[in-house]
Amino acid sequence: MTELWQGLVKAVELIISLDPEVMVVAGRSLRISATSATIAALICLPLGSFIHCHRFPGKRLLINIVQTLFSIPTVAVGLFVFVLFSRAGPLGGLNLMFTPTVMILGQVILITPVMLGLTISALSGVDKAITDTAIALGASGFQMAVITLKEARYAVVAALIMGFGRAVSEVGLALMVGGNIKGFTRTLTTAISLETSKGDLELSIALGIILISIALIINIALNRIQQR
Amino acid sequence: MALIETIDLQQKYDKQYILKSIDLSINRNEVFALIGPTGAGKTTLIRLLALLELPASGKIYFDRIDVTHSKRLRLEARRRMSLVLQKPVVFNMSVFDNAACGLRWRHENREAIRQQVNSVLELVGMADYKNRNARTLSGGETQRLAIARALAVKPEVLFLDEPTANLDPVSISKIEEILAHIIREQKTTVVMATHDMAQGQRLAGRIAVLMHGEILQIGSPGDIFSLPESRELAEFVGVDNILSGVIVARDDNLVTIDVNGSLIQAISNYGLGEEVHALIRPEDVTLAPHKEASSARNTFEGRIARIFSLGPLSRVEVACGFPLLSVVTKKSAEDLSLTVGKKVYATFKATAIHIIKRWN
Repeated sequence: MTELWQGLVKAVELIISLDPEVMVVAGRSLRISATSATIAALICLPLGSFIHCHRFPGKRLLINIVQTLFSIPTVAVGLFVFVLFSRAGPLGGLNLMFTPTVMILGQVILITPVMLGLTISALSGVDKAITDTAIALGASGFQMAVITLKEARYAVVAALIMGFGRAVSEVGLALMVGGNIKGFTRTLTTAISLETSKGDLELSIALGIILISIALIINIALNRIQQR
Repeated sequence: MALIETIDLQQKYDKQYILKSIDLSINRNEVFALIGPTGAGKTTLIRLLALLELPASGKIYFDRIDVTHSKRLRLEARRRMSLVLQKPVVFNMSVFDNAACGLRWRHENREAIRQQVNSVLELVGMADYKNRNARTLSGGETQRLAIARALAVKPEVLFLDEPTANLDPVSISKIEEILAHIIREQKTTVVMATHDMAQGQRLAGRIAVLMHGEILQIGSPGDIFSLPESRELAEFVGVDNILSGVIVARDDNLVTIDVNGSLIQAISNYGLGEEVHALIRPEDVTLAPHKEASSARNTFEGRIARIFSLGPLSRVEVACGFPLLSVVTKKSAEDLSLTVGKKVYATFKATAIHIIKRWN
């Protein structure tokens, strides 16, 4: 119990004093996950609209597969990326192993299913009469997709938040392909994992609080945007 | 050539035909009403004409171009028309932005959009609501906004699917006023579906009756309501007296029809022995307490079997060898002190009867 209390006190100290190491790690975590979430969003919004608006054989199956991938273990994606980019792997020549780039790539693979699936279900929640009205008012296919996304904005933003949340909070992938290299690929989650196993609970708790705060701030910001 | 023309248009959902060989032609600047009972296929036909869905077979021409299948031509044609859905929905944005959507999608410039949107909102009496979120509007207001939104794009054809269904009487008359104004002032071609025959009669220049996915009759409102071509149509357009009989005598075009032993005189070209229906609109049947000298050829003595009150009107059923319905004003029902069981004389003119052949 005392450890926990001391941890909290230390955590507050570290945060208030803007401890450079903590800040650097937090900044990197935010940067990597925000980048992956942005890339995933750039894939999922158009792709989700496309899948939603078109009828094709196997659509139901595709959506089922996407939904199954919601729960893909981070270590499984980590393993996949590891195999691809390790020295002996097919993309080993790119020398991307243990870099932020490969972490972003892995996170994109990890969160695309959840973002895509939730985007599609957000769009299915839009009344068919809305799309009919848009078409009747002369919207092109693209214009209709845009208005449908706008109408579903609350649920779509929730999909984006969900994707970002999964990226920023995962540890297995970041550890496997990032390697938790100090000053290069160390993120909040990998640091927490390492510090805890080293016994430095205060630092772990501080990092944990920062992680949750980041999630909170992002949530509040996105909610503000969608309410406009 | 007509502005919109369909050739053998069919639609089916799940192997079930909703529309069967529809051949229609709608002229520029006319007001065309599709009437028919619920489930007749009115909405489906409107959606096909408004290029919202693809037909199972057949062709649609818009302004002489076959727009049935080409995606590009359909979009081009669609940008010259607009549609108000039966249950209109609004986008989750301001009233102004809703009305501006169609113009923005056509890449009009900002100033032109502002002016046009303000003028259509003015037209439907919604100018004061401009900045409100459209989701907060009432049913009648939503309908008015939907009409404004459809008009904003200056369509060559305006499609209206049941423009006043599910609205209260005050909203209905407001909407009808707006529509009448548009029809008068803007000379837009209007195609409307309605199950309200009176509305069709009030607004339309030409009416098509749609039943079970088929067009049964097309004509002026007068023809549709006075000269229905079948028993089914007669029932639908409110001809309450449908008497079955046989022509037993004829003199030139004046025929005598035996209805259950009562003889009715009417004008018809059908020959002796023909089995027919005599259609008489209840408003053409007058009631009197005494037998009066009149030029009308048909007068029957009978007793009042039932009286229903319809607000300002009363429907009186007289048993005079056959049941005969009459509609009189409440005032004259009181003046004549009509009560159930009272003896009256029911009179209708030979020319007020429409004779159709009976198909067994």
